[in-house]
Amino acid sequence: MAIESPAVSLAPRFSFRLDAFPLLPTLILTSIGLIALLAGALAPYDPEIGSLAARFRPPAWQAGGSVEHLLGTDHLGRDVLSRLIFGARVSVVVGFTAVVVAGAIGTLLGIISGYLGGWVDQVIMRITDTWLALPALTFAIFLTAIVGPSEMNIVIILAAVYWTRYARVIRGEVLSLKEREFVRLAVVAGCSKWTIMRRHILPNVLNSAVVLGTLMLGVVIVTEAALSFLGVGVPPPKPAWGLMLADGKKGMMVGYWWLTVLPGLCIMLMVLSANLLGDWLRVKLDPQLRQL
Amino acid sequence: MTNYILRRLGYSFVSLLLLSLTIFLFVRVTGDPTTLLVEPGAPQADVDAIRERFGLDQPIWVQYGTFLSSLVTGDFGNSFYYRTPVLDLYLSRLPNSLLLALAAMVFSLLIGIPSGILAAVRVGGFWDSAGKLFSLLGLSLPSFWVGLLLILVFSVSLGWLPSSGSGTLWHLLMPAFALGWYFAAAHMRLTRSSMLEVLGSEYIKLARLKGLPESLVIAKHAFKNALIPVLTLAGINLVIMINVAVVVETVFAWPGIGRLLYEGITFRDFPVVQAVVLLGGAMIVLVNLLIDILYALIDPRIRLER
Repeated sequence: MAIESPAVSLAPRFSFRLDAFPLLPTLILTSIGLIALLAGALAPYDPEIGSLAARFRPPAWQAGGSVEHLLGTDHLGRDVLSRLIFGARVSVVVGFTAVVVAGAIGTLLGIISGYLGGWVDQVIMRITDTWLALPALTFAIFLTAIVGPSEMNIVIILAAVYWTRYARVIRGEVLSLKEREFVRLAVVAGCSKWTIMRRHILPNVLNSAVVLGTLMLGVVIVTEAALSFLGVGVPPPKPAWGLMLADGKKGMMVGYWWLTVLPGLCIMLMVLSANLLGDWLRVKLDPQLRQL
Repeated sequence: MTNYILRRLGYSFVSLLLLSLTIFLFVRVTGDPTTLLVEPGAPQADVDAIRERFGLDQPIWVQYGTFLSSLVTGDFGNSFYYRTPVLDLYLSRLPNSLLLALAAMVFSLLIGIPSGILAAVRVGGFWDSAGKLFSLLGLSLPSFWVGLLLILVFSVSLGWLPSSGSGTLWHLLMPAFALGWYFAAAHMRLTRSSMLEVLGSEYIKLARLKGLPESLVIAKHAFKNALIPVLTLAGINLVIMINVAVVVETVFAWPGIGRLLYEGITFRDFPVVQAVVLLGGAMIVLVNLLIDILYALIDPRIRLER
């Protein structure tokens, strides 16, 4: 008996699959993390001190560049490579902390809101809706105008702006979990509300929180860069990528392209990797979130 | 229907109240609001005048009442820098923001809709993959960096387009592209999924069974129906564009609301910052209301629900 083979073309084909493990993005994110961790050992120069004699040096491969400053220098003669390396530290620290803090607040409030219901739910959801209506970047700028810019404040501000995204989704999940058998049995068994939320609800929404967190990482990093670019983010002379872009504008019109292109490339690599990883996690961990 | 609209109106009203309360409380709880509301270095007499005007020695509920009643009458205070009412400033910049947002919207739809359709029609093929890559790039490239790159290429290297300012169509091109880029990706994603849904429906199968040419099925039967959610999203996004343009407007020195906000933070002009965030939030609440009502008018299932 002849067995018909399924009509699958074996020819290689350009395709961009979301279900394949995103090896490259993971590698990039890990490297950026390592670079941030080892910035002190990796950077050839102090990122905050330059020499005015060496201003606007182009990258090594361009005419006038030298191997002393592989990626050139900026308007104060600071080494661009060193600033990029230390800038990774700012992005990683601010990005991850803000995502985790926002995630913790949002998940907690989402669980409480969804499980308790009633007026607690009403109050939390009305606040969530109101904060969601505020344009994120404008809201963040408003908050920096009140508390003033510092690295610590940026984390608090980003968490304050973005916790609502988690609260919304997590509450929705809790509403359906609440009706499930194991939660009802826990109620019958006499577990307190607090125990049910902690032992039975929380572990079941963690997947979604992690997926959302990964997807939020890109958003948070772009917002941090935008705030720094506008001069209300990480205060100078600390090297943040957004700040470097703002400084780079000073030399852009006379063709000092590396000050504009390189920090942006770093932001793009990190955000792109976070988004790819987030998309993959979304498909793998949480089929319900695929529609997002 | 009237019931639904009334309920929806009440809901928006509560949102607006909460919005103003949130902003009000943020200004009060973080210390002495006079440091924000009074110009830095102002004489004591001015400080006292502001205290008097906002009733800062009164209980907080009375203060909120004063704040709210001045908002309702359109009084957002005076700008420290321009010395004119903030609302006048805001309204004078609004047309520029609207123009930029409209241009960015045209651009994002011109790219997003055709590429979304192409990706859906050739699902799983080359164009679908290319579309996915494009939408991923759109969501990952910060708009201000796109703007800076455009200036590098088209103003510095090629010298084709002016790098900043406004006035002619040429000034509009780059900021519109930079702002619309992200939204083009969002519109592409939605067009694709919306088209896929429509293409799988019964009436499309029927149209195909009738023997209509595929191009006609797509253009006449599928496209029109797939467009509705995309246009709804575009409506919301137009308002969002006005409110997220701050970095793009700063890069290109485009004299819109975003630029006003940037000037507000650089000149420590707090009334301006406060007004931009309040009016931005209010705009989004109102657009959501409008869209909910329009949807209810079109779709009876929504208004009969609950």
